[in-house]
Amino acid sequence: MSLLEVDRLSIGLAGEAGTIRLVREVSFAIERGETLGIVGESGSGKSLTALAIMGLLPRGAIASGRVVFDGENLLAAGESRLCALRGDRIAMVFQEPMTSLNPVHRIGDQVAESLRLHRGMARGQAFREAAALLDRVGIPQAASRALAYPHELSGGQRQRAMIAIALACRPALLIADEPTSALDVTVQAQIVRLLRDLADEIGMALLLISHDLGVIGLLADRVQVMYGGRIVEAGATKDVFRHRAHPYTQGLFAAVPTRAARKGRRLVAIPGAVPKPEQLPPGCPFYGRCPKGVERCLSEPPAVAIGERHHAHCFFTDAAP
Amino acid sequence: MIAAGFAWRRHPPLVIGGVLTLALIAIAALSLVWTPYPVTELAIARRLQSPSAAHWLGTDQFGRDVLSMLMAGSRNSFAVGFVAVGIGLVCGTTLGAFAAARRGWIDDAVMRLADFTFAFPAVISAIMITALAGPGAINAIVAIGIFTIPVFARLARGAALQVWSREFVLAARAAGKGAPRITLEHVLPNIAGLLVVQATIQFALAILAEAGLSYLGLGAQPPQASWGKMLYEAQTFMQRAPLLAIFPGAAIAVAVLAFNLLGDGLRDLVDPRLRRARA
Repeated sequence: MSLLEVDRLSIGLAGEAGTIRLVREVSFAIERGETLGIVGESGSGKSLTALAIMGLLPRGAIASGRVVFDGENLLAAGESRLCALRGDRIAMVFQEPMTSLNPVHRIGDQVAESLRLHRGMARGQAFREAAALLDRVGIPQAASRALAYPHELSGGQRQRAMIAIALACRPALLIADEPTSALDVTVQAQIVRLLRDLADEIGMALLLISHDLGVIGLLADRVQVMYGGRIVEAGATKDVFRHRAHPYTQGLFAAVPTRAARKGRRLVAIPGAVPKPEQLPPGCPFYGRCPKGVERCLSEPPAVAIGERHHAHCFFTDAAP
Repeated sequence: MIAAGFAWRRHPPLVIGGVLTLALIAIAALSLVWTPYPVTELAIARRLQSPSAAHWLGTDQFGRDVLSMLMAGSRNSFAVGFVAVGIGLVCGTTLGAFAAARRGWIDDAVMRLADFTFAFPAVISAIMITALAGPGAINAIVAIGIFTIPVFARLARGAALQVWSREFVLAARAAGKGAPRITLEHVLPNIAGLLVVQATIQFALAILAEAGLSYLGLGAQPPQASWGKMLYEAQTFMQRAPLLAIFPGAAIAVAVLAFNLLGDGLRDLVDPRLRRARA
């Protein structure tokens, strides 16, 4: 049994003009200790998928399907059960370390809070443990920094503190939503390395959400590409990176600036913008921006096997390099 | 919030309001142990005297020392302010924070109730309550308190909703904290500044409302000293001794001004963007 099984997860937003479907029939699984990356542009539904797993969808959003964590369907679980799981067995790190910490509490207390909440530790013991955690995530002079307030820390240190909070109870699954996107490039690499080391150390599965293919390539065992609320391609990271099958995946890679691009080659942009969810075409969501799009794409494209456990939802996968 | 190198000169309302407030508190405290004359001592022989060396602010129609009565009256005003604002702050913040945490029909119910209470002018409502429960200092305080509740309920709800939409609340929820815990640990500390500012301004309004009720004979009863009651009693002697009305009137004005200035100053400190934007 997988640690997490997401089975035909759909997320809709009830609006005046009926329900808008933001995530459509997304299915995937994460094994224990594995790192799965989800790549996609903003609006592709990757963050919503993560929030649905946590049971933290915004008001008005409705999830259907099944999210089975360790044999338990989280979509059917009550709020008190979810509170017990969150922060203990499943934890999450957010994009903005600047705003994810409460400005009025000390860093150490915010880390200790998780331990007191889920482990029932006494205040003093939890604080000492918190200082040790802050040390582990690479905050220098952790014992004294634990007494600092969030505004006294740099962005990278705050993200380290966020990671310390998330990992305090050694969760089985960590969801990291764009954990490095708000950080300086030099700090990004450190945080990526830290996440990888910690995941190995405590045997934790990692669901890594990013639009940064570099980060995904470094960390993820498997990757899935999301577009318009659907998974358009999924497979082992090295397979997907080598044999990009879906035209969207190809477009995504072509849009990454490389040193080759500097030497006079044009950087390729995917034409147009991600359509609003209510304007997505039926069938393939990429139809309309796809260079290969034909009328047939308005019907549901099948999942085409590219390699072992690597598939893409497209009629034209054979044309891929 | 108040930095070490705080530039007092840049916040004149805060400084003036703060100094006046401290002075009023000092006077009220002093009146507990000492007044120039006993407040309840009647001396008909020296009634309606003009200010003199013996009686700095003169005497009233019963020969009581006006300065002593004003000092004792400040105590009454403070008591009303503290208790009434306390009732409003505690009940209102609880309701508002609860509404923001639960949303849905609970939120609607609390807010409609606040609208309903708000629809009555505060003093009229206070008159209604004291008319029903009988006049007296306690009833007046409770009446003012009750009509302070919706002010805090609305403010707390609005501010709490803003905090709820912040990312650190989402992070706290992701860490497994339930709504009550988030309200206590994240929402309240982040809206406390706003609430203190509002409490200061409500304090001024409560003093004013109490003076109004006492003036109407619905507040403090004899022999308790109250600025509003002094004003009412002075009315009869307006022709013979206008100063009798001017002194308590000035006391009320100074107290209200002090707390309003303090509230405005604090507001500027808490959030410079909210300058002059009254809730």
